[in-house]
Amino acid sequence: MNQTGLTGETLLELRQVSKSYGDLHALSQVDLTVPTGQWLSIVGPSGSGKTTLMNIVGAMDKATSGTVLLDGVELSQLRPKDLTTIRRDTVGLIFQKFHLIPHLNAVENVMVAQYYHSMPDEAEALAALTRVGLAGRASHRPAQLSGGEQQRVCIARALINYPKLILADEPTGNLDAANELIVLDLFHSLHAEGTTLIVVTHDPEVARQGQREIALDHGKVVSEVRHG
Amino acid sequence: MAQTARRAMFFRMVTRSLTRRRSRVVIAVLAVAIGATTLFALATIATDIPRQMTREMRVYGGNMLVLPADGQTAFDIGLLDQVDQLIEPDSLIGSAPYRYQTVRLNEQPYLAAGTDLAAVRAISPYWYVEGDWPAVGDEILVGQDIADWIGLVPGDLVELVAAAPQDGPDPASGSTASGSAPAPNQADDADPASHPTPASQSGSASPDDPAPTDDLLASDLTAFFTVSGIASTGGEEDSMIFLELADLEALTQVEGVIEAAEYSIVLNGGQVSQLAETISARIPQVSAAGVTRLTRSDSYVLDLLQGLLGLVTGIVLALTMIGVSTTMMAVVAERRNEIALLKALGATNRSVEQQFLTEGLALGLIGGLLGCGLGYGVAQVVSWTVFHRSVAFNWWLALATVALAAGVSYAASLLPVRRTAQIDPALVLRGE
Repeated sequence: MNQTGLTGETLLELRQVSKSYGDLHALSQVDLTVPTGQWLSIVGPSGSGKTTLMNIVGAMDKATSGTVLLDGVELSQLRPKDLTTIRRDTVGLIFQKFHLIPHLNAVENVMVAQYYHSMPDEAEALAALTRVGLAGRASHRPAQLSGGEQQRVCIARALINYPKLILADEPTGNLDAANELIVLDLFHSLHAEGTTLIVVTHDPEVARQGQREIALDHGKVVSEVRHG
Repeated sequence: MAQTARRAMFFRMVTRSLTRRRSRVVIAVLAVAIGATTLFALATIATDIPRQMTREMRVYGGNMLVLPADGQTAFDIGLLDQVDQLIEPDSLIGSAPYRYQTVRLNEQPYLAAGTDLAAVRAISPYWYVEGDWPAVGDEILVGQDIADWIGLVPGDLVELVAAAPQDGPDPASGSTASGSAPAPNQADDADPASHPTPASQSGSASPDDPAPTDDLLASDLTAFFTVSGIASTGGEEDSMIFLELADLEALTQVEGVIEAAEYSIVLNGGQVSQLAETISARIPQVSAAGVTRLTRSDSYVLDLLQGLLGLVTGIVLALTMIGVSTTMMAVVAERRNEIALLKALGATNRSVEQQFLTEGLALGLIGGLLGCGLGYGVAQVVSWTVFHRSVAFNWWLALATVALAAGVSYAASLLPVRRTAQIDPALVLRGE
């Protein structure tokens, strides 16, 4: 046990977490524990609170009430500056819309994450691109890459700083079947290395790739399934 | 090592942003450059106008008189060499010595001025001369009034009669009425009582003039001259006779002394007064003074012009600030998602501000440099069109313009960048 009460194997714990936007209750008393190394899929209809949960876990938003413990740190008590540190050091983000910087090429987009984390290293960024199969596209800008390639750059950027937790919001939402497979293979590879993954998805096939799947509806966890 | 790598990446991000977002950068640079162009052109003209206008205003005649020191009626012409040494050669348009002598023409006394007629022509281009300026010795200019009274026309031969010398210059005119150049201007410190204008000395009404006489005295000196031209200025010169100083000296048999010197100098009113003080202090035998009416009107016109240009410059600066602010707001707003993404990746508000403000500064520098080049071109065109002269490139002004453009661009970026840096990075995930 550490000072926050988590076991060494638990990376994320949510206790009675609620989030309200005025009269709208996006999350209602959610309890969730994610052990280190687990691949968790979160499913649910639009407006069920998936993205709100992602934002709170990713230190980009604060819960209205409840406790969020990430890697032993209570996020609800942190100042914006400290939340920035958590995002930088602990979390890797993958977006449905990729969100690459259009005027930087692939390797520079990866190096941006290094720049804000510690020290830019082009060789290391190129190695990350090689890992996602984009060694030959390093000097291409996002507009010169396909959707699948952009998502792989986004994955390379997310993993470049060796985060403890990778949060992916609809990572295959804008991809064709072939690119979806490539991305899922990369997730399997990361998971095999011990990286904790939380993947929000609408796609049941993608959700089944995880070890565990929870369903949200109206801001509450309504079901949980464990996959083989 | 780490710091070097971070710095290199920082400049790589800024450079890529400037070089790969060309259409946006061009718009932002143009917004700054248009303002910088106008500012630099106006400032160049405003600073160059005194020089240009001071030179232009010299067509109205000399703006400084050198007279004998108090208590003296004449001074040695050699002193003008000392005066000339105190004047910047580049600023001197010309100078003309004057010695006055009452002479008789057709039995009537008139005031004759012995001078350097070529110099008079250079410093008083407003004189209208019917016929020609004297080109050789024994030629004179006659004032329009005298010509009308006597019925003289260019080409007429006239006899000038002067009294024989007694002691120094003509006691009837020069000795008692020294210190006025033919220009109808009164010097700042010239005392009208002690230095009457040539008009007051001319004609037959002067009580000091010798009475008209029909007969030559045995001691009278005479010489014949050809009237080369009739001078008309609308002033006191119309009642005078002008001849070369050497001719007057030959006629009167008195050499080496003059009663005044007129200078036309490319200086403003204050500078002329300062120069006059220096001359009076360094050369005690003479007393120099600016021509009040000209120096004051010079300063008044220049002050008006500079005030107007200053006002326009201020308005342009304000409009530039508004234009650049609006452009920067649009540029930053367009990159709202990028800023949110950087924050989601772990960028602090400060680091985001640093990057975007550096870009704003760079845009300002580029726009400022461009504005200096274009502004100089505009100033050159205006100067050629209005003054028919080129303007000098003022490096200090260029430096100030570039610094101002960079400062305006930086300041204009500050508010939108600071506001956008507060953005909630969750917006990126939400896709808003």
